[in-house]
Amino acid sequence: MGYRCYDSLVLVCLIQDRASKMWGVMRHKTIRPAISSLRHFSSAAKEITVREALNTALDEEMSADPKVFLMGEEVGEYQGAYKISKGLLEKYGPDRVLDTPITEAGFAGIGVGAAYYGLRPVVEFMTFNFSMQKKMVKLKLEGEAEARQISQHKSGGTRGNHQYWSGHDFTQFGLMMAAPSKPKVMFCALQGWKKRQRCEILIDDPVKDMELRICGWGQAVDLYIGRRDSAIDHIINSAAKSNYMSAGQISVPIVFRGPNGAAAGVGAQHSQCYAAWYGAVPGLKVLTPYSSEDARGLLKAAIRDPDPVVFLENELLYGESFPVSAEALDSSFCLPIGKAKIEREGKDVTITAYSKMVGYALQAAETLAKEGISAEVINLRSIRPLDRSTINTSVRKTNRLVTVEEGFPQHGVGAEICTSVIEESFGYLDAPVERIAGADVPMPYAANLERMAVPQVEDIVRAAKRACYRSVPLAAAA
Amino acid sequence: MALSRIASSSSSINLLKPLSCLSIRCRSISTDPLTVETSLPFVPHNCEAPSRAVETSAAELSSFFRDMAVMRRMEIAADSLYKAKLIRGFCHLYDGQEAVAVGMEAAITRKDCIITAYRDHCTFLSRGGTLIEVFSELMGRRDGCSKGKGGSMHFYRKEGGFFGGHGIVGAQVPLGCGLAFAQKYCKDETVTFSLYGDGAANQGQLFEALNISALWDLPSILVCENNHYGMGTAEWRAAKSPAYYKRGDYVPGLKVDGMDALAVKQACKFAKEFSLKNGPIILEMDTYRYHGHSMSDPGSTYRTRDEISGVRQERDPIERVRKLLLTHDIATEKELKDIEKEVRKEVDDAIAKAKESQMPEPSDLFTNVYVKGFGVEACGADRKEVRATLP
Repeated sequence: MGYRCYDSLVLVCLIQDRASKMWGVMRHKTIRPAISSLRHFSSAAKEITVREALNTALDEEMSADPKVFLMGEEVGEYQGAYKISKGLLEKYGPDRVLDTPITEAGFAGIGVGAAYYGLRPVVEFMTFNFSMQKKMVKLKLEGEAEARQISQHKSGGTRGNHQYWSGHDFTQFGLMMAAPSKPKVMFCALQGWKKRQRCEILIDDPVKDMELRICGWGQAVDLYIGRRDSAIDHIINSAAKSNYMSAGQISVPIVFRGPNGAAAGVGAQHSQCYAAWYGAVPGLKVLTPYSSEDARGLLKAAIRDPDPVVFLENELLYGESFPVSAEALDSSFCLPIGKAKIEREGKDVTITAYSKMVGYALQAAETLAKEGISAEVINLRSIRPLDRSTINTSVRKTNRLVTVEEGFPQHGVGAEICTSVIEESFGYLDAPVERIAGADVPMPYAANLERMAVPQVEDIVRAAKRACYRSVPLAAAA
Repeated sequence: MALSRIASSSSSINLLKPLSCLSIRCRSISTDPLTVETSLPFVPHNCEAPSRAVETSAAELSSFFRDMAVMRRMEIAADSLYKAKLIRGFCHLYDGQEAVAVGMEAAITRKDCIITAYRDHCTFLSRGGTLIEVFSELMGRRDGCSKGKGGSMHFYRKEGGFFGGHGIVGAQVPLGCGLAFAQKYCKDETVTFSLYGDGAANQGQLFEALNISALWDLPSILVCENNHYGMGTAEWRAAKSPAYYKRGDYVPGLKVDGMDALAVKQACKFAKEFSLKNGPIILEMDTYRYHGHSMSDPGSTYRTRDEISGVRQERDPIERVRKLLLTHDIATEKELKDIEKEVRKEVDDAIAKAKESQMPEPSDLFTNVYVKGFGVEACGADRKEVRATLP
């Protein structure tokens, strides 16, 4: 087929059809966000993606305990909507890796019922798939992104302002276009897709900071994001509360996992972060991994835990690589639930974050360091139980707090953290607490609005500076 | 089954039983097979109906009578306790529907599982629960089956294969299919009965779970206890098709006279054998509740008193078994009346004992949130005042 292999994965485009085994990813050689050079490398230099981390964690736990099984949409034959469960069906068979129909309320309830009986289900909720009805997905490639234009084209030409190529590998399927007026933007149009095919798009001659936009026409592929809503009743009323209502008779050792939060261009119904919603429920444990080590350690802990765990992953992190220690690669590796991690030590301001925002916070810390502000970045890892102790200890050291999250601000995770700090460490605060969160609006579709709806690194930097009483007069709030 | 339960119920109550009752039980211990015809035929959908001739025995019929009498008395006593404000919140009574609980239990083992909605007091009892546990839980005392933390809608008895007790309408059906999934996964050769009402029969998640059960051949038996009213809405106002046993479409079904304990037993026995081989099946029990939907519903605004008394006269499950016992000469009128008196006393004693039970400890507020709490802190309304560590 003429594909070239690249190191890391950026996006998997999924189209609905099993007939064709072709699958595609947008791969970019050594794509690394700028932050990678700043990570503290542990002793072993081995790097794995979050995807691999989750896959190996699932594999090891299923191997160790025959009561563990995986259930969800496309987890089996499709190898997982995001390839998290790749190879598991082959290894463990259809009795333990179960493809379900698109009926979240139904199979979430079935999972909980199986847990009542004593099995240990892992229920996967697919969130991101992508719709092909004139929607655009924007990907920002930073750093040394390389992309290769497909060179062996059978046809090409111009259409309006755009030059286009059609890849021979998928002539019948799609086009790639570059906008000459904006050399940094490449459009990939997927046209005439059959159901459930995946397309690999290789981009040649990449330009630094290039934008890749994917747009599609033709058959719509359903977006599955937000389906977790219909199962929320079972997560809360059938799983979280059962041990309490039965005074300990019925425990529910289940894990609900899947991508959470905003992806890129998927609109309002498919971008919500549920950390605050689930984090409010007693009886649940809510985990939000960031790095590969987090993903491995926390998923293994979640599967072994006797209580219901909501495991919120992030779709855009699946393809990111992180260094992992030899210890983390061991099959007995486990991270404690309820403990946050100090990703970067500092002394001037504490920045708390979870999931993808940890990466942003670390970037912000870099920027702040250049301006003489030393930020301490805390990776929460666990939303419920929340590690108030680590957070408060940090604030008592730095005396300033900025909370960062992707979710809506009202009643958010940051609100809880700020209040906890005010209650426990009021006397230590030298400045008002600052919250950075997603905008208080349903997620818009247009690229520029979408950018404004999620926190950016500059927002975190600005808030940290405010907390340090440096520059930036407050906007005219009065 | 009831005989063993009599033996195991609290010893103090046994001591209070007059000797004459013991002699009745001695006489009705006959376990010789006895065949009785169900009064109505089964109506099958996509399957062959079981025979109307049900194998039973004098002992079984006597136990049916006693068990149903206990259930009836318990529910009526709960009514009084609710009006006396000793029971708070929700209280959904099962009187009229006792044959379903009793007939089902006679057909299965404690390794089979039952899950139901909130009208769960009698099902809990049939799965091995005691009257003291029922009344204590209803009154929110620590000797309740959920230590006072569940209430009327959240009775559980895991050791007896009873998984609750659920307040969200319809949610118990996917849960029950999950239990069946686990039974198949563990190769236990047992089945799960998921009970729901005609009101819940329209829930989407029921069909989601049924689809998966059929797809994966789960030993899952869905039982619609059709008492013809979903709260205050009659079935003809809620469902376009009231043939709930046919709702499974490709999934077979059976319509059963739910007021006939023997018919229920036969149907459940048939369903268990069927389901272990072929996957899910739906049973529709045609039954009736005398009380309203809950204690806050008089039950007479959407149906006539004539209808209620009509069913009581024509179809009452206890009366049916009483007639059988009399016609087959298993017991005399007086003996049956004595049993009822004894049952009444048993229930009253249980209530008295339950009233003596203490409220839960304040520290119980924080127990059982997690199985494994990691020493995390939880707090009360005023977090500076009330804090606890979750073990």
